[in-house]
Amino acid sequence: MAENTQESAAAPQEAAAPQDPQAAKNAQLLALLQRLFGADTFTDVEEPYGLLTVTTTRERIHEIMAGLQQDQELQMNFLTTMCGIHYPENEGKELGMIYHVHSLVNNLRLRIKIFFPIADPVVPTLTDLYATANWMEREAYDFYGIIFTGHPNLIRILNVEDMDYHPMRKEYALEDGTREDKTDLFFGR
Amino acid sequence: MAVNDTLEGTHKIIQEAKEQQQNSGLVPTLNDFSQELTTLNLGPTHPATHGIFQNILQMDGERIISGVPTIGYIHRAFEKIAERRPFYQITPLTDRMNYCSSPINNMGWHMTVEKLLGVTVPKRAQYMRVIAMELARITDHLICNSILGVDTGAFTGFLYVFQEREKVYEIYEEICGARLTTNMGRVGGMERDFSDVAIQKLRDWLKTFPAVMKEFESMFNRNRIFMDRVVNVGPITAERALNYGFTGPNLRAAGVDYDVRVMNPYSSYEDFDFEIPVGTKGDTYDRFMVRNEEIWQSLRIINQALENLPEGPFHADAPHYYLPPKQAVYKNMEALIYHFKIIMGEIEAPVGEVYHSVEGGNGELGFYLISDGGRTPYRLHFRRPCFIYYQAYPEMVVGSSLSDAIVTLSSMNVIAGELDA
Repeated sequence: MAENTQESAAAPQEAAAPQDPQAAKNAQLLALLQRLFGADTFTDVEEPYGLLTVTTTRERIHEIMAGLQQDQELQMNFLTTMCGIHYPENEGKELGMIYHVHSLVNNLRLRIKIFFPIADPVVPTLTDLYATANWMEREAYDFYGIIFTGHPNLIRILNVEDMDYHPMRKEYALEDGTREDKTDLFFGR
Repeated sequence: MAVNDTLEGTHKIIQEAKEQQQNSGLVPTLNDFSQELTTLNLGPTHPATHGIFQNILQMDGERIISGVPTIGYIHRAFEKIAERRPFYQITPLTDRMNYCSSPINNMGWHMTVEKLLGVTVPKRAQYMRVIAMELARITDHLICNSILGVDTGAFTGFLYVFQEREKVYEIYEEICGARLTTNMGRVGGMERDFSDVAIQKLRDWLKTFPAVMKEFESMFNRNRIFMDRVVNVGPITAERALNYGFTGPNLRAAGVDYDVRVMNPYSSYEDFDFEIPVGTKGDTYDRFMVRNEEIWQSLRIINQALENLPEGPFHADAPHYYLPPKQAVYKNMEALIYHFKIIMGEIEAPVGEVYHSVEGGNGELGFYLISDGGRTPYRLHFRRPCFIYYQAYPEMVVGSSLSDAIVTLSSMNVIAGELDA
């Protein structure tokens, strides 16, 4: 059964392949990802501007990143960047983490997203896989209050220690919220 | 005789007093001293850090036992501010990240927005951007390498090349009117064509600079005193460098030939013939040599771009996104409308997300832009190479002496603006 679904999923992408070499590469990468981690691991598969983007769950993110790093064929062992994001309207999936990984050998980039509720912003750390994840996760904690379990030193990095909120969350407006002469209608969000 | 007797007696008294003190345990012995660590604050303001960031070092004499970097002293919340700014107002924010090579930041941001909007920039503008970006790379590397000279006690090289940096800033002035925080170019191309003066200044500089660079290199490259200070200092292996997310000259010094210009060419870099220098040990000397060689390669690229500068427009024909010339705004109805719409941020941006990276002075400078179709980005994340590789600093200096730590820091080229965003 699993094979069937994989084939049918891969078929339309292969048809589009001759037009764009990047699309063919992405289709190959996606097929490989689904073979490694199971077809139902990834949801919301997209290719905005040629960069394969998949969504997965926080339960599996560590395993996936470790698998990508260790896979000999893929060698996706360069964590380009990671950042948090806040969608207040998405009930139960308000906060997210977005990872960009890069295979320098194959020159393939991949974007992985995970979403989780703001009431329970707990994500496994990647510091055991990537030394570079240390400060990136501290930045995400600083800006969004995402807790990384297993992080060796999860403290604020750019803002002052005694700050009691996480400023990149959308509820903190940039302009003074008490002013009435500058409404969002004319001045952005 | 009497005098001698008295002296001897005094000596005896002193000796006895000393022994008494030592036995009492109140006076530390040599053994005690070797156990005691000194906490040393390197920074936040220190002439050798070249920026405001702190390192709390635990020192055993001259040796560094551990280091804890603290950053954020000039954090200006660019990512938050960007969420309320139209695209064109974000360009000045990028200026202030790596302020030693602002044009690269500007162009990287413009290209990100162009990718989102689907605007294709004409060949001439792409070549003009390449010239600006490579000039910026040269000034960036010149500062890093000459300051490394200053930190090792060689002030002369710094004075020589700063003269040349000044000339590059004059070229910037001709191109865009600004010097340090350039705000160069626009979404859709450049804001104006290269003037004849700009071209002439550029040609003059291309003639005079190689000789100065040669002089600089002959002053340092095989200088015994300099080599003693930098060879095998602050090394990092390729494997650790990759794990730490190193990019740019620091990664290439460790022997990995990753360069965004080659791997994911942008702005017509595929048209140019240049080489990627790599080091072997990833030490301070390798970083210095890689940067020097990159300056020569950048000169090659500028020469090629200038010789083959295509004719044609210097901006895309995209009136919805490209700010019209001010003279046209006063005379022309359409120009006024577009001017108003762009200034008020009412351009039609598609919903989507785009990651674009350029080879900055310090490595892969990435822009991750999420647009919800509004006038401002929904989220803008900067991949700042400094921020990512500076966390390796404690690992690189532990076990070395304080003076080695200073040159390691200098050769990593940590720019506080980029570090803290």
